[in-house]
Amino acid sequence: MLTIAVSKGRIYADALPLLKDAGIVPLDDPKTSRKLILKTNHDDIQLIIIRATDVPTFVEYGAADLGIAGKDVLLEHGADNLYEPLDLGIAKCRLMTAIPVGNPPIGRRIKVATKYVKSAQRYFASQGIQAEIIKLYGAMELAPLVGLADCIVDLVDTGNTLKANGLEPQSLIMEISSRLIVNKAAMKMKHAIIQPLIDQFERTLNLKQS
Amino acid sequence: MLQKDPWLLPDGIEEILPAETKQLEILRQRLLDVFSSWGYKLVIPPLIDYLDALLTGSGHDLDLQTFKLTDQLSGELLGIRADMTPQIARIDAHHLRSKVPARLCYVGSVLHAKANDLEKTRSPMQIGAELYGHAGIESDLEIIQLMLEMLAIAELKPIYLDLGHVGIYRALARQANLTESQEDELFDILQRKAKTELDGFLNNHVHETLYKDFFTALPKLNGAEDILATAQQVFAQANSAVKQALAELQLLANKLKTLFPNLVINFDLAELRGYKYHTGIIFAAFIPNIGKEIARGGRYDNIGEVFGQARPATGFSADLKQLTRLSPINSTNPVQQLIFAPAIDDKMLVVKIRNLRTLGLTVIQQLPNQFGDAQALGCNAILEKNNQNWIIKTLA
Repeated sequence: MLTIAVSKGRIYADALPLLKDAGIVPLDDPKTSRKLILKTNHDDIQLIIIRATDVPTFVEYGAADLGIAGKDVLLEHGADNLYEPLDLGIAKCRLMTAIPVGNPPIGRRIKVATKYVKSAQRYFASQGIQAEIIKLYGAMELAPLVGLADCIVDLVDTGNTLKANGLEPQSLIMEISSRLIVNKAAMKMKHAIIQPLIDQFERTLNLKQS
Repeated sequence: MLQKDPWLLPDGIEEILPAETKQLEILRQRLLDVFSSWGYKLVIPPLIDYLDALLTGSGHDLDLQTFKLTDQLSGELLGIRADMTPQIARIDAHHLRSKVPARLCYVGSVLHAKANDLEKTRSPMQIGAELYGHAGIESDLEIIQLMLEMLAIAELKPIYLDLGHVGIYRALARQANLTESQEDELFDILQRKAKTELDGFLNNHVHETLYKDFFTALPKLNGAEDILATAQQVFAQANSAVKQALAELQLLANKLKTLFPNLVINFDLAELRGYKYHTGIIFAAFIPNIGKEIARGGRYDNIGEVFGQARPATGFSADLKQLTRLSPINSTNPVQQLIFAPAIDDKMLVVKIRNLRTLGLTVIQQLPNQFGDAQALGCNAILEKNNQNWIIKTLA
């Protein structure tokens, strides 16, 4: 049995065509079904639908053999115990700093509200800025407006949420896209199944690029 | 100040209770017996040691893993061992000082300052064997065989053996003239087989197409034996050290296939477990549904140099606690007779109990006015006086 961990929402939607090209079609739709394990057209391949931040955990422990996870999640989680053989180029966005429109650029000592604690720490350290990181689980845009933080670090796609809350993006920390991740032990023990799958994904990606 | 929950243990530290301890002890004895039958002599290195001695040849990772304390006698920094192998190497190099091959084995607790992400324990019980004084693949083969024997005794199966050779990456990095920090960065990328980062790194730091091709191919060189042939083509223009490493792997694979026709062998030329420390063939054993290897080892020549004698060396180790937990042999222990003796002052009873214990039976004597009876103590037999004799009566 091969188990692939995918998160609900955008990554799942973007991953479907890739999986389809590799001949894997789920038999249920997570939008209508409440099942967390989705059977596919292959008896020996199943998808599990979990929260994006949990994907590396499931794959690391071998509860799933493969997974699709955003680079943002991998950076926060630490990916030393995983293989990430492919950038799938899906669910693209940017990890950016943002401040209220019209505020002066950030100084050398700031408060930052973010969900991405490690990435923010690394970024500000590399810039030589003393940052006090405040971990939030959502609605980061609110933090500068009510004086909780000077600046936020968040994923930016269209920038509409920022704009609606009077914020503007400042510096790009990193381009984010989703990676294929593989459990290290599974890569060794199920190599004969996993490697052809990776090769197939790679062919699809190369076709898309050219 | 009393801790709020005095029964709570520090993170990753565990107690092993009687039932599991018994299983662990059975396995420990069987394994040490087998090691001994292969000529591996048991040694007991100290729990704490000078930090420098513990970290010999191992680099930064082990440093972060080692608990440190100050010796109040000398002011020197001591460490609690996080890995026993350097200590065994010292015993070989400094105390035995022999030119003939030395075979040593060991079992003992080690402490890790930081728990591994997967196994949350910080106190594994390391068991292993080391073979010093022979540089050929025959010694690698012996050590791998012994590791497989260990896993067979623990009845762990099916085993997937992963083989690699750190010499390949090391030689390629030399050939491409990577600086030490570049070598480290690329090492980190290869450990994750992160293709995107690899492409980025190669574009920035490696300019010759030949070397780019080498490093691009490396993370893909994993799988069944046929990848060795692929590797020979890919590395046709690599230096002789690479070719030598590939030849060693092939030779070892051939020998293993003859000895263990059913063993699944996987090759991974980008696998660099313990890169700082190892010098040649590395190996690991996996079983299904465990996300990390359950036993590992490899060649680490010349680590004993600082201790007085540079010697070829290879060995393996595993966590005995983990092997015990995974092993199915535990449930198959035959039911033992546990005999309960009443709290009666009788000379005949004292003699009877002594005789039974000499025969290897377990006899628990009741304490006067104690709480609970024979069954409450888990006994399945009782000593009863019949005429003048004490006899064993089995309880229903």
